[in-house]
Amino acid sequence: MAEKQDIVVRFENVGLRYGVGPEVLRDISFQLRAGSFHFLTGASGAGKSSLLRLLYLAHRPSRGLITLFGQDIATAERTKLPLVRREIGVVFQDFRLLDHLSAFDNVALPLRVAGTAETDVRKHTDELLSWVGLKSHMDSKPPTLSGGQQQRVAIARAIITQPKLLLADEPTGNVDDSMAFRLLHLFEELNKLGTTVVIATHSRALIDRLGHPVLTLKDGHMEASGPVFDPLARPGVKPHSPGRGH
Amino acid sequence: MLSRRSDLPLSKDPATRFLPWLIAFMVYLAALAVSGVMVLERVSSDWEAGVSHTLTVQIPPGENEAKDQQTLANALNLLNRTHGVAEARAVPLSEVMTLLEPWLGKSETVGNLPLPLLIDVELTGSAAIDLPQLTRDLEKIAPGASLDDHSLWLQRLIQLVQSIQMLAASVLGLISFATVGTLIFTTRAGLALHHSIIETLHLIGAQDSYVAGQFGHHAMVLGLKGGIIGVGFAVPTLFVIGYLASRLESTLLPDLSLGPIEWIALALLPVLTALISRVTARATVQRRLRKMI
Repeated sequence: MAEKQDIVVRFENVGLRYGVGPEVLRDISFQLRAGSFHFLTGASGAGKSSLLRLLYLAHRPSRGLITLFGQDIATAERTKLPLVRREIGVVFQDFRLLDHLSAFDNVALPLRVAGTAETDVRKHTDELLSWVGLKSHMDSKPPTLSGGQQQRVAIARAIITQPKLLLADEPTGNVDDSMAFRLLHLFEELNKLGTTVVIATHSRALIDRLGHPVLTLKDGHMEASGPVFDPLARPGVKPHSPGRGH
Repeated sequence: MLSRRSDLPLSKDPATRFLPWLIAFMVYLAALAVSGVMVLERVSSDWEAGVSHTLTVQIPPGENEAKDQQTLANALNLLNRTHGVAEARAVPLSEVMTLLEPWLGKSETVGNLPLPLLIDVELTGSAAIDLPQLTRDLEKIAPGASLDDHSLWLQRLIQLVQSIQMLAASVLGLISFATVGTLIFTTRAGLALHHSIIETLHLIGAQDSYVAGQFGHHAMVLGLKGGIIGVGFAVPTLFVIGYLASRLESTLLPDLSLGPIEWIALALLPVLTALISRVTARATVQRRLRKMI
């Protein structure tokens, strides 16, 4: 029973298709324990973004079972989904910053959406913007910021609520090495505080350097890959019978 | 209260730029229709109250004025003794001439015409009068006398007023329908324009009511602005209509100016418009967002 509560994400034979097209994800089965840190990798078109979209509840699966924080997402009422989403921080590949809002307001958005008191919003947002080195740019609008600065705003927005699950799609793609490792260090710090982290990346160097478990997608299927994917050796990931190849 | 932080750049939407003016036009027409309905309501009530407890007795003039005056006195005597009559009084010639002024004009020669003798009868309202019997009694005293309780005239007048009122109410309904339709269309345009932002808000945990609230507040502000502008234009128009009507100095036209209650009702129109705008926008957004996961 305790083990069940420990599971943050559970996919069982999940399939996803857009409209009447072919399945872009097939028979995906895995589960992630609370406090785990994973990389999600795979070639372009393998289904990384689709898997992330399922994780951040932009789509419901076409089939199979998804459980997040113990709630069955496939059948959950849509009025309950916003509360689940507030437990998830997402760094989108295209950042999805609101161009008409300042960096401060972009970062503060998840707190305001959750109804946090404005004094707390100001305090937390100030602190986080200072931490990511954007205190002097807090009134700047995203279009006036560089790609790296926009990415840091996006990351700050994703982590400001200290989410239970942090998803990042190529989060270090637009920053220099020094900032990339600083941001990854931030993710690791959050992970140490109990946040489950999934980072989608192409960067083999990043994966090798940090040495966290890897979830690899190939042609819409999930396969274990790399020396770091060892469920017995690494805590956090629990492979699940994918139920394919019958 | 009106300026509130918004996550959606709704104030920059080209679709909403002209919305206050469109609403202003609708509210202007609505204000005129509402005023018309209210004035007609008051006028018909006044007319009804004015004649429902009265009778008019008309005695045809004879050859001999002294005999006519005696007949008039006898008729007055009979009427004042009749149960249910509060007071019967002879209408002076000057008053009769004033009543005829709209048709015959102001002239001394009108007084020389064989005008009927009129008696204004005020009823108590509590007792029922046997009108056929009273008519027969009058006939004995003043042959050819007629008794008019105004019921037919009043019925026709009220029917006319009610028809005009219904027409004005229909116009008001159409104006409201068009305003709501415009708001729905504009809100849908805003939803399409800001789809990406709304999706982002959803993905970070915003509930439908959070997004709908921002659309609703924006629409409320536009509705209030449009309402104020519309009523602002309607007030001088109503003053001009009232002034032109008063210049006619006609006894046929009742007082068409608005009373305090009517002015308060007009002042509430912008508030009502703002509320309708807010509810419409919110409902439109929530209905649309239900299609998102």
